[in-house]
Amino acid sequence: MTMSTTDTKPSTTRPATEYIDPKLDAKIPAGPIERKWERHKFEMKLVNPTNRRRYTIIIVGSGLAGASAAATLAEAGYNIKCYCYQDSPRRAHSIAAQGGINAAKNYRNDGDSVFRLFYDTIKGGDFRAREANVYRLAEVSMAIIDQCVAQGVPFAREYSGYLDNRSFGGAQVARTFYARGQTGQQLLLGAYQALSRQIGLGKVQMFSHTEMLDLVVIDGQARGIVTRDMITGKVESHIADAVVLATGGYSNVFYLSTNAKGCNTTAIWRAHRRGAFFGNPCYTQIHPTCIPVSGDHQSKLTLMSESLRNDGRVWVPKTPGDRRPPSQIPENERDYYLERKYPSYGNLAPRDISSRAAKEACDAGRGVGPGGLGVYLDFADAIKRLGKNVIAERYGNLFDMYERITGENPYEVPMRIYPAVHYTMGGLWVDYNLMSTIPGLFVIGEANFSDHGANRLGASALMQGLADGYFILPYTIADYLASTRLPKADTTHSAFRETEAEINDRVRRLLNTKGLRTVDSFHRELGRIMWEYCGMARNEAGLKKALDQIPALREEFWASVKVPGENNDINQELEKAGRLADFLELGELMCIDALHRNESCGGHFREEYQTEDGEAKRDDESYSYVAAWEFTSLGAKPILHKELLQFENIALATRSYK
Amino acid sequence: MNLTLHVWRQKNSRSEGRFETYQAKDIIPDMSFLEMLDVVNQELIMKGEEPIAFEHDCREGICGSCGMVINGYPHGGQKGTTACQLHMRHYKDGDTITIEPWRARAFPVLKDLIVDRSAFDRIIQSGGFISATTGVAQDANTVLVPKSNADAAMDAAACIGCGACVAACPNASAMLFTAAKISHLGLLPQGQPERYARVVQMVEQMDKEGFGGCTNIGECSAACPKEISLDVIARMNRDLLVATIKGGK
Repeated sequence: MTMSTTDTKPSTTRPATEYIDPKLDAKIPAGPIERKWERHKFEMKLVNPTNRRRYTIIIVGSGLAGASAAATLAEAGYNIKCYCYQDSPRRAHSIAAQGGINAAKNYRNDGDSVFRLFYDTIKGGDFRAREANVYRLAEVSMAIIDQCVAQGVPFAREYSGYLDNRSFGGAQVARTFYARGQTGQQLLLGAYQALSRQIGLGKVQMFSHTEMLDLVVIDGQARGIVTRDMITGKVESHIADAVVLATGGYSNVFYLSTNAKGCNTTAIWRAHRRGAFFGNPCYTQIHPTCIPVSGDHQSKLTLMSESLRNDGRVWVPKTPGDRRPPSQIPENERDYYLERKYPSYGNLAPRDISSRAAKEACDAGRGVGPGGLGVYLDFADAIKRLGKNVIAERYGNLFDMYERITGENPYEVPMRIYPAVHYTMGGLWVDYNLMSTIPGLFVIGEANFSDHGANRLGASALMQGLADGYFILPYTIADYLASTRLPKADTTHSAFRETEAEINDRVRRLLNTKGLRTVDSFHRELGRIMWEYCGMARNEAGLKKALDQIPALREEFWASVKVPGENNDINQELEKAGRLADFLELGELMCIDALHRNESCGGHFREEYQTEDGEAKRDDESYSYVAAWEFTSLGAKPILHKELLQFENIALATRSYK
Repeated sequence: MNLTLHVWRQKNSRSEGRFETYQAKDIIPDMSFLEMLDVVNQELIMKGEEPIAFEHDCREGICGSCGMVINGYPHGGQKGTTACQLHMRHYKDGDTITIEPWRARAFPVLKDLIVDRSAFDRIIQSGGFISATTGVAQDANTVLVPKSNADAAMDAAACIGCGACVAACPNASAMLFTAAKISHLGLLPQGQPERYARVVQMVEQMDKEGFGGCTNIGECSAACPKEISLDVIARMNRDLLVATIKGGK
């Protein structure tokens, strides 16, 4: 069955200013952009320090966004309950971010400013992000670095003792702070330690090995969650005054991605089903520098940090089908295609553009390595210029990792890289206060849709996660609590009871199907459909095919999945099955969104809409909006709501990195 | 290639465990160790048996979830490598591989190869932090940190909390883990105010969790996938001595 979509009014030709969807008020404060957040902070209501202990806040997820929010809110005096599926909050997938974190400190004296970071992010996102949010992000970026240094994050330093910086894709200034190739790890450990301090003080109750399986909404307000204890299988209800989802992205819908194996969509998908609109689900980021797939057994893909493109040069042979080893291909028979096509940014062109260029080269038969799905990232020139030691100091751990996985030494032969799914810009729709369309449900970090538009710049995910958790949510959630009346309720409420019963039912159904196919075999098949039709390049016919195949696969899954074991012990297959069931629903929405957006922008590349030289062709007249989808029922048409984007500070322009 | 596996199977923390033997067939050298287990597990599921439970998440050597003793060595004994980054090209056709969980009193087995490592979290909660409440910080470049100190702090901070050090130690000591955090924070100017209180609290908690003492054998550092140096233990002992003289404050 193919789904079509239902548009809400108005027709897209009406001027932007005339239309506000009544269900979609972004609550952007008035005033000039550089004064909005300052003013909003003053205008928001506060909760008196002695009253804060009367409030309980649930935070799901313990990555950069979740851990920083939990620590900060607990420091402020609220009671926090924090949940993660891993055995420890220290293992959230933020830990795997390698390259760095942006901040408009201008420590390099190279012309950086809040406005430039704002501008780069809006432009990098291909003009599909909300200006006010992005400006605020740039504004608080500096405080993040200060906070992290105070916590003891061991950022890279110069011999003078000052902080060091490097550059990342899509920027012409060096504003990226880093801790070797483990920046995410160090920032996460900083937040984890702050969180641990609050756990020790009894202000945070930590639930590890606990997975949120549904959201509970009472009288229109988010009031709690229902979880499954992954050790005992016990399904339990938790009540609070507000719920925060910090559960990351949904790249694993593609099965193969750079995300950790456990990353999933369940929390945000369940919230979506309870009424939270899903913003821009089709915006996914394909990262250009990952280690190519080596075979059918592959369980995940490994990223090689974008920072490598500071010194590595990307090339393919000029002649299609040239199978000579790289050392035997002379200089004049190599195509350094990023330097050729984008001379002013060169190898540091943004991710979406670099990924597409790699695909283009491989599609033309010029790819390298097994299957021809790879391009070279070559450090020979940098090693000649700077010496092996400097390169080893900068990227040593990445080179080691590459060698461990591929068995090749990148100091001697060029790395082979290929794009892979890495990040999802889409997520639950939130207003300026980071609140979803369900009052009391806040969404932070990668789990929300805000800030990155249709393409995220490198080193901006860490910035956003920590901005949301340390410096934005703590203000806006206080405003909600102070201005909302919350009726008395407890976990005996029928909404909790019913949700628990539904979850127990679902678990029983998964265990009792006793079918013929493993969870992984279904997940791989879903991944193949998504990558083929909703991956790096999309078109109408393909998306329609996917919209036929996904519901059929979902049906087959429920009819013939094989989940061994029982509920009342650790059962990893059961966990995976539950997550896949939600991916099988989300994948369909992603395709619906990709099909409705008849333009190319950022990571969303529709083959029908490209310029003569193969660049993304936007249609600002018709699609300069956030697509926020409302769930109706499974298999029925979702309702499209539009938040029209206003560009008052940066003129809409064709993005060029030439 | 084809391999024979002896794997520790244990239903839950209340049951007794035992070794079971499995055949891993048609393993490709490019597979990671965990991908090899994936293959075995898919086969077990199709046979109607329960797959081998093991923890894993990022599969790129940074989250610290995975951990298993492979042929007697935590993470398989390859220098600076976690089990998820260990590849099958290091084995040969016909090899027999024994796989078991971390063995330590402070890490009770939960199922098969999964152990409870929450003791590590409690050690950090007891003092493994700098008390910098959000919002207090001054400009990041106000306090300079000599590069050598920042680098040494980073070396120690690279710990992924996997527990291999405990598994490798004949005494099941958590000294390397604890000392790595104490060194990371103690090497930085920001960590000075709490330096001595921190070491006392963390060592106390470590002892309370049931980890053994350190007898300077060095297996921990040899097994550490992040190659954290034994020097951190010397630093911790120095700090602990000073703290004891100062009366723990």
